[in-house]
Amino acid sequence: MTAPVVEAKASERVATKPPAPARRRGFAVHFAHYKWLYLLLLPGVLYFAIFRYGPMYGVSIAFKDYVPFLGVNGSPWVGVTHFTDFFANPDFPRLLGNTLILAFLNLGIAFPLTIILALLLNEVRLSVLKRTVQTLVYIPHFLSWTIVASLSFLLFALDIGPLFQFVNGLFGTNVDILSDPNWFRPLIVLQEIWKNTGWGTIIFLAALATVDQDQYEAAIIDGAGRFRRVWHITLPGIRSTIIVMLILAIGQMLNTGFEQIYLMTNALNRSVADVFDTYVYFVGITQGAYSYSTAVGLFKSLVGIVLIFGTNWLSKRFNQSGLF
Amino acid sequence: MKIHNTRGGRVFDAANYVFLSLVGIITLLPFVYVIAGSFANEAEITRRAFFVWPEQFTLGAYEYIFSTPAFTRALITTVLVTLVGTLIQLILTVTMAYPLAKKNLRGRKLIMSLVVFAMVFSGGMIPTFLLVKDLGLLNSYWALILPAAINPFSLIIIKNFFQELPQELEESAKMDGATEIGILWRILLPLSKPVLATFALFYAVGIWNDFMSPLLYLSDNNMWTLQMYLRQVTAASDLLGTGNVDPSYIPPEQGIKFAVIVVATLPILIFYPFLQKHFAKGMLIGSVKG
Repeated sequence: MTAPVVEAKASERVATKPPAPARRRGFAVHFAHYKWLYLLLLPGVLYFAIFRYGPMYGVSIAFKDYVPFLGVNGSPWVGVTHFTDFFANPDFPRLLGNTLILAFLNLGIAFPLTIILALLLNEVRLSVLKRTVQTLVYIPHFLSWTIVASLSFLLFALDIGPLFQFVNGLFGTNVDILSDPNWFRPLIVLQEIWKNTGWGTIIFLAALATVDQDQYEAAIIDGAGRFRRVWHITLPGIRSTIIVMLILAIGQMLNTGFEQIYLMTNALNRSVADVFDTYVYFVGITQGAYSYSTAVGLFKSLVGIVLIFGTNWLSKRFNQSGLF
Repeated sequence: MKIHNTRGGRVFDAANYVFLSLVGIITLLPFVYVIAGSFANEAEITRRAFFVWPEQFTLGAYEYIFSTPAFTRALITTVLVTLVGTLIQLILTVTMAYPLAKKNLRGRKLIMSLVVFAMVFSGGMIPTFLLVKDLGLLNSYWALILPAAINPFSLIIIKNFFQELPQELEESAKMDGATEIGILWRILLPLSKPVLATFALFYAVGIWNDFMSPLLYLSDNNMWTLQMYLRQVTAASDLLGTGNVDPSYIPPEQGIKFAVIVVATLPILIFYPFLQKHFAKGMLIGSVKG
């Protein structure tokens, strides 16, 4: 996000330095002088050209009828047919709803929990306890979604899983949590909380460490209690960090995490589980509708870009602080 | 600061300490249960809802999985792909970062802006899949390594690191007649060991944990990685409405699932102390510079 800023600084440095001798000569001489550097650069440039910009060019098949043996270039153009087909498809409102509900659950539950956990950790003066708890809650971040899903399958296993028994005992029910559509969303949010809440605190803890300590002492002298201090000093102190993280989270809203959703999807919960990312996979890879699914993916990316710029604009308008 | 002087403050502290300890323990419990379960026999797993210590200690599940060719093949494959892939990805990233750190190299700014653009926009799943297919990389381990070979974010951080190293080192080496590649190899890399270790871990965890790439690019189940094998073993067969499952699949007993999860998690737990230290730092650098 701020990499362009770093770049700008670097170019300033170049500008203030006297120009290198090679600059005044032709490019051929410059190239010959630095041939080893250009040779080192070559594999990386090829990588970006092929594996990063190649697929960007391939996005053009969203406006074509892709035929494998004709290739990306040879396939005929069809305009926005795939987009209109998608918007007219009854799958569209269902996917949009499922994706948005999961996104809002994550924003509304997991996001505030991260801030609360960071605030609680920040109040701990006993550094041994603080470090131990941090060490424990960061672990799940490094595990794959496959492991998280597998742990869920065991913990909620029909009849014998410990959490299957606990949850059903709590609600006096006897449902298979892993396949029941009503339990799909709570399960996804629970996994997200377990995996990423702890790790997410790092950024807020770093922001909390920069809050001016003198203000607390002044507030104590004024007789402010603990919660008043958190409300009036701590939270305003990390407001800009919260806004930046919120903008980033909203920009990622439609990215529900392919691996997590795919792994938790099964024949019984498809009605609530299907989101844009997994739909692209099922329709594109398993059914071979390459052009149509590329159009769906492109639509999702475009909405993501609009969301991130829109939130940034709103946040600048009301708070004078944005991401860029 | 004297904040502990009020009674309410002490009560809050006590409650907070208890609560946070519980959060830590609850985070850990699934692991404890799975490790305990992997050493328990089938009857105990079915009978006892939850335990952190098996009544009867058995290595049966581990003996079974390590005698299963599909498991040992997936394990060896994953270890090899992770080692080779990490090395290739690190070499590609470093060789690209070094010239980009040279301020008077022409074309450098253009390449950097193309790298930044690639951080924000990507072709997406299907165009990437079709590219890998057209390159003939389907059912090849290269498909797990090459498409994500250079992480733009890692590239920029390594480039910035090279830029911040003192210029005098390189200049004096040049006087002694060292080539650019010699400077990179003999002077810069030894100085960059901690940074390179961080990004090696970053790439290694990425490959080890990757599920999407093998799912997309490896249809031959003899080539499956550990994550794919794990998925097959732990998902109950009747729940799999999503394809890509070996038809000859027989659902394994519970204990085997526990043991496979433990093996798939173990490398991450072993490297966890390093991961925590370096990744926390990396995440904060990212928030400032990324």
